[in-house]
Amino acid sequence: MHRFANPARFLRLAKVILPYSSGIAALSLAAGLWFALAASPADYQQGDSVRIMYVHVPAAWMGMFCYVAMAVFSAMALIWKHPLADLLAKATAPVGAAFTFLCLVTGSLWGKPMWGTWWAWDARLTSMLILLFLYLGYMAINNAFDDPERGQKAAAILALVGAVNIPVIKWSVDWWNTLHQPASVIKMGGPAIDPTMLVPLLLMALGFKAYWISILILRGRAEIAAQKIRIIRMAQIHAASRGE
Amino acid sequence: MESVSTLVQMGGYGGYVWPAYAISVVVLALVLVASLQGARKTEAELEQLQAIRRANRAAAPPPQGAVVLESKE
Repeated sequence: MHRFANPARFLRLAKVILPYSSGIAALSLAAGLWFALAASPADYQQGDSVRIMYVHVPAAWMGMFCYVAMAVFSAMALIWKHPLADLLAKATAPVGAAFTFLCLVTGSLWGKPMWGTWWAWDARLTSMLILLFLYLGYMAINNAFDDPERGQKAAAILALVGAVNIPVIKWSVDWWNTLHQPASVIKMGGPAIDPTMLVPLLLMALGFKAYWISILILRGRAEIAAQKIRIIRMAQIHAASRGE
Repeated sequence: MESVSTLVQMGGYGGYVWPAYAISVVVLALVLVASLQGARKTEAELEQLQAIRRANRAAAPPPQGAVVLESKE
């Protein structure tokens, strides 16, 4: 594991991966959009409103996936003091927040015609809203300290404590009565969804995953550069105070 | 291939489907642009700092471990 904690190695690896991840993201999102908006059939009950699913469901998966990634990176940072793990957790947060926000907005746009309401305070919707607040809290704490290391440590603890929300989201549709339908893709006995609908769903999910990797690389690079700038400035201040 | 108007109308759900996709594209594009600019800006600043350091070292090699910040002229 420690082999990957080296920023120089990360930068080398990032350079190799970035063209592939951004290429895969662009291609699968383009194909996904084509299938989602044009080539897939309308639902026999929901009509064309079902097309919202192809962005809503992958966004929800990403919202939860990014949080798990952030919590794992945070745990690695707290336990092994990996400098890179902190950076990756910090880089993942805005992506996860964006997908969680999109999940809520597209869900609302789907809920209005299907359920007759933009919003309901039920278990699935509320726990997803809490996920968004956890992301926002994580980002706020991370930037609230003058010493970035202290901010990252406090934020990492929040990420781990908030991880309890993930199983609550996942099983909220089974534990409580809710407007939201139960899982139909990731379930025992295989997906209960037609292949013509599964194809755009999986293409969009793949595209979002590749998008996350590309953003992770870009933000990771920025964080590593910012860290080096801090070290140089620190050395300059140190040298200046010694010179006087 | 359907006509453009059926695609726009989405069987009466166009007012919900299109905003859902539009906002997704906008949000993801914003995050991408912000991340690209962040990486470019910070890496350019680092490059500049490192160039100054290299120039300083070349101009006045520091005697015995002293760090030279800027030349006296």
